[in-house]
Amino acid sequence: MEVDDDKITTKRILTRFKSDDGEVAGDLLDLPLNVNTEHLSLIVNSLLQQDEGTPYLFYVNETEITKTLADVLPLDTLNTEEVVDIVYQKQAVFQVRPVTRCTSSMPGHAEAVISVKFSPNGRSLASGSGDTTVRFWDVTTQTPLFKCEGHKHWVLCIAWSPDSKQLVSGCKNGVIHAWDSSTGKQIGQPMRGHKQWITALSWEPFHLNHQCRRFASSGKDGAIRIWDVILSQCVRVLTSHTRSVTCIRWGGSGLIYSASQDRTIKVWRASDGVMCRTLEGHAHWVNTLALSTDYLMRVEATSTGGFKYDPANPEESSKHALAKYQAQCPEGEKLVSGSDDFTLFLWNPEKEKKSLARMTGHQQLINCVEFSPDGRIIASASFDKSIKLWDGRIGKFITTLRGHVQAVYMVAWSSDSRLLVSGSADSTLKVWNMKTKKIEQDLPGHGDEVYAVDWAPDGEKVASGGKDKVLRLWQN
Amino acid sequence: MPQNEYIERHRKLYGRRLDYEERKRKREAREPHKRAEKARSVRKIKAKLYNKQRRNEKIQMKKKIKAHEEKLTKQKHEKKEEGALPVYLLDRDVQSRAKVLSNMIKQKRKEKAGKWEVPIPKVRTQADAEVFKIVRSGKTKRKAWKRMITKVCFVGENFTRKPPKFERFIRPMALRFNKAHVTHPELKATFYLPIIGVKKNPNSPMYTNLGVITKGTVIEVNISELGLVTQAGKVVWGKYAQVTNNPENDGCINAVLLV
Repeated sequence: MEVDDDKITTKRILTRFKSDDGEVAGDLLDLPLNVNTEHLSLIVNSLLQQDEGTPYLFYVNETEITKTLADVLPLDTLNTEEVVDIVYQKQAVFQVRPVTRCTSSMPGHAEAVISVKFSPNGRSLASGSGDTTVRFWDVTTQTPLFKCEGHKHWVLCIAWSPDSKQLVSGCKNGVIHAWDSSTGKQIGQPMRGHKQWITALSWEPFHLNHQCRRFASSGKDGAIRIWDVILSQCVRVLTSHTRSVTCIRWGGSGLIYSASQDRTIKVWRASDGVMCRTLEGHAHWVNTLALSTDYLMRVEATSTGGFKYDPANPEESSKHALAKYQAQCPEGEKLVSGSDDFTLFLWNPEKEKKSLARMTGHQQLINCVEFSPDGRIIASASFDKSIKLWDGRIGKFITTLRGHVQAVYMVAWSSDSRLLVSGSADSTLKVWNMKTKKIEQDLPGHGDEVYAVDWAPDGEKVASGGKDKVLRLWQN
Repeated sequence: MPQNEYIERHRKLYGRRLDYEERKRKREAREPHKRAEKARSVRKIKAKLYNKQRRNEKIQMKKKIKAHEEKLTKQKHEKKEEGALPVYLLDRDVQSRAKVLSNMIKQKRKEKAGKWEVPIPKVRTQADAEVFKIVRSGKTKRKAWKRMITKVCFVGENFTRKPPKFERFIRPMALRFNKAHVTHPELKATFYLPIIGVKKNPNSPMYTNLGVITKGTVIEVNISELGLVTQAGKVVWGKYAQVTNNPENDGCINAVLLV
């Protein structure tokens, strides 16, 4: 054994550090094979002249270095003459602590809680329920704030405006209401137009429009409508889907993406309502969509994540957000779609109609898919009781997270991309660690199926609601 | 056979009788009276036929009236129902699953006390003579220590019979059951589930030990295929059920799940 150890320590190898965009940092380095990740991050920090605290992940040939460099290199076939590229990925400087306990269970709803959403600034929480009300909750005191009545049927989906001032909610009768989050009062008139229930709502990103006036809604009737909140009017109707639209996203470059049960994803230009392209590939209903920029667009009008928001001067903040947004994703946004045919597709929807990758492996339909905030990992939740992780750039399979005993309904990422929370029909939430790819916390407590989960953008709290009519807040 | 539409032609040329409308009205007004008269006077097979025909006519009439009424009432907005579902489950036929049933602690406590609130609280006592049939043995059939059980039994999977010399209780193969039809009272659905064991036969602890299943017996069934979970997110697999029929008479075991 000792001889072997000596061999590794004495063996040295030429390495070169590269960022995940392919930029080379520093010169070639001659490193011993037993160098570990802490040493590596010290080296990278000094090479890039950064604070020592910045954490990194390191990859060689797309395998992560967990302990030492020797673990990931094929020692037998290694050619010591060659240069090994070590790819480093910067991680969020801040760290979200995993939620471990239920700090409050907030009863109030008289029916199942169907949707739960934190406001982008993380200060308040809204929930929509089958008892036809939308409720606002105070996150700091964990008490109810407002009860908004107006809908006549189940409130199916809610969406916060980027500036956290308004909330829109859609019900099963196809009516949309807008609420003021500071007073709990209704804004304008109820917006009617959809012939059947509302399936999804999505606001225009803050960097495109600082006024936060427009949002898009999709309906079971196959139409997509763009609304103006202040006028309470439908601005535009986009019809081309032949069956129910299941999911909708307003992208950062002014495109609207819609997934439908007619097996297609359509890309629309929001400014004039022209359909740009149809993404085909799925063999069954497309259930869900996610953008690599979802998190960025969510927190644009807050002061987190490098954005600066000045409530007195939204126009300026919007410009700042646009610049920041473009800096964060220079190559455009990626779209991932999950379907009833058990596959996921990765698209580059701004440029082409061809898919980048087809991700197979699930054994049941995929209900929810989310990009991690840094866009590097895709998490997909499926009815086959598992969550699968995929590479966010190329769509390579990473691992499967097993632990739930029934269908997984929803997943949500923490803002530092290191933790994932999942809600399932087995009445539990589970927190998964992305470093170990293992379960971090099991959070029992709900009395029945968990329908909705959301992780606050500031990472402090997780909210969940389900069939047991109780809204629960989880905290470290 | 009439040639051509001569009646219509005449009507067109000369019009109807002047009192046609009045006669028609009167005839129609008389119609119910005539019908009633006929219904009263007709007898035997004719009456039967007539009443049957009249009944069918009335059904058709009522149906038509109802259809018209439905057409007239305006279609209202969909009313809110119970059991709200999120968007992603609306298009799927989710079978309604009853709430997570078990609060494990509660169930344990009940188990200790040995008391359940059961659908059939009182059972008819089964006398030993009814359950056991004496099997006489020995050369002159003098010995009578052997018993044959005449009720349905549950026998564990790895049970082997004792040698005949020592076998006091015979549980006939034909009366052994290992599955039961279990009804979930909240779901109103019945499942054919494997039996795990006999928890309690209220008649006597000896019957419990022998696995005798009579009406009112509490059995444990394997409900893992129902997909119920505990609050901690584990699959519930064993739950108790009470037998509601007389299995020895019916040839099957029907039971109600104790929730």
